[in-house]
Amino acid sequence: MPISTAEVEHVALLARLKLSPEEKVAYTEQLNAILEYMDKLNALDTTDVEPTAHVLPLRNVFRDDVARPGLPRERALAGAPAASEGQFKVPRVV
Amino acid sequence: MDLHYLTAHELGDLLQRREVSAVEVTEAIIDRIEAVDGRVQAYLTRTAEQAFEQAKAIDAARARGEKPGPLAGVPMALKDNLCTEGIRTTCASRMLAGWVPPYDATVVRRLKAAGAVMLGKLNMDEFAMGSSTENSGFFPTRNPWDLERVPGGSSGGSVAAVAAGEACYALGSDTGGSIRQPASFCGVVGMKPTYGRVSRYGLVAFASSLDQIGPITRDVTDCALVLGVIAGHDPSDSTSADLPVPDYRAALRPEIKGLKIGVPREYFGAGMEPEVETVVRRAIARLEEMGAVCEETSLPHTEYALPAYYLVAPAEASSNLARYDGVGYGLRVPGKDIIAMYMNTRSQGFGPEVKRRIMLGTYALSSGYYDAYYLKALKVRTLIRRDFEAAFAKYDLLATPTAPTVAFRLGEKAGDPLAMYLSDLCTIPINMAGLPALSLPCGFSQGLPVGLQLIGKAFDEATLLRVAYAFEQTTEYHRRRPELGVA
Repeated sequence: MPISTAEVEHVALLARLKLSPEEKVAYTEQLNAILEYMDKLNALDTTDVEPTAHVLPLRNVFRDDVARPGLPRERALAGAPAASEGQFKVPRVV
Repeated sequence: MDLHYLTAHELGDLLQRREVSAVEVTEAIIDRIEAVDGRVQAYLTRTAEQAFEQAKAIDAARARGEKPGPLAGVPMALKDNLCTEGIRTTCASRMLAGWVPPYDATVVRRLKAAGAVMLGKLNMDEFAMGSSTENSGFFPTRNPWDLERVPGGSSGGSVAAVAAGEACYALGSDTGGSIRQPASFCGVVGMKPTYGRVSRYGLVAFASSLDQIGPITRDVTDCALVLGVIAGHDPSDSTSADLPVPDYRAALRPEIKGLKIGVPREYFGAGMEPEVETVVRRAIARLEEMGAVCEETSLPHTEYALPAYYLVAPAEASSNLARYDGVGYGLRVPGKDIIAMYMNTRSQGFGPEVKRRIMLGTYALSSGYYDAYYLKALKVRTLIRRDFEAAFAKYDLLATPTAPTVAFRLGEKAGDPLAMYLSDLCTIPINMAGLPALSLPCGFSQGLPVGLQLIGKAFDEATLLRVAYAFEQTTEYHRRRPELGVA
């Protein structure tokens, strides 16, 4: 089923992307072409196939519970676009 | 003597015998960068000053009688998605244009400990998404063999730098072929190690279940040397494999008699340039002449790897790239409230290909579509893995083309994302299965390099390197250099 411009707008909102009217048209077209190609996968019967999320057989990777120093606060904040009183500063939320 | 085109092991030998100093070598390669990078455009950031300091330290250590190891004093460079403490790491994105990491990636730490001299950070497709390095947020890199063509992607800067004599070796990252496809296009050796063999700590994440860091070198011996330095368990990466690392250089023997090599017919399908196929088939015939047993085989789900990959990789990317919100680091574009700030920042910071993949991934993971797209793709991933498991029950390794074509022209596929995605057809299934693979030069078509891809069993990089080395001993392709109009 083709993806509509309204769906592209919804997905853009979920992805926190603001799209221009031209981008909306272009992405609708391109995503449809790509998704049409993906439909190829429906030719395969995968009813009893387990999904592979990861190739390594990893189970509960633990390390010893030993306290160690983390990144000093001023270095953690050094790349922040805005910081104040040792914290990340963002626009008012509520 | 032209130092800039020597391999790392050749330079390492000269340095160990103290026939040249690390400072002289560094100077020679920096001169080379000055001479050619205006045209190749491989570097995003150059760190000449730090390089000289590192080179001086190595020379001083040698003067004290220390033996600092085979790669000590050899100049190299890094793909710009590897974190370097105090040196900007941009991922070729406007989003991170001014970001300076507070720590080194594990691979960087290991290279530094081995005495590496770092010349700078190399161009790439933004956030490693692309197959041509045209998606860089700054400028495209050019193929040193033909400046009107792409070097491949996304490690295009890394590969072009090695091919053009602007770094002795480099590190790249490979999510769907991003080391091997450009290595094929530029005539160098590029390896994607087994998933988990090399720590990803400090690699800017794209698709976490597929990404792997690997070496880009001028010959197989260098590939073995560099892999030996960067491989091994790292507690900072929970997906790092806790397995011993063999002595890869010691594994290089020219003997391959009796080795069983499978040649999957699906890798020679539609879209393959006939001359590329001829070159690759001739290379496989050569392996046979050397005593390997080559047999046609089948990996029946190959054609489904690409569509499955372009659901899995963007889904993981959309999640990984959620962290670029203008709060912790990188670009911030103000907005009237926090949501507007997120949206303004992400819309201006990301380029078109990154946005396209975030959109695709968000869609595939969104309510109502998860089962139809993402879960389906993960199930197909299982079928692809099973194909390889069945093949490796019979064969020691597999041989295929690395890419269906030689390097294409700049702009040729830029407007057609699907056509661009198809250029990674031969490399993507390997990432889906987490296997090791390398590309090595095996001939030329239209005067441009062609790569042979060898695929191995999980954690058996040694066999890949051994076969690649044996092949290399019988050919001269890896010694040819592009003509850039400078000595």
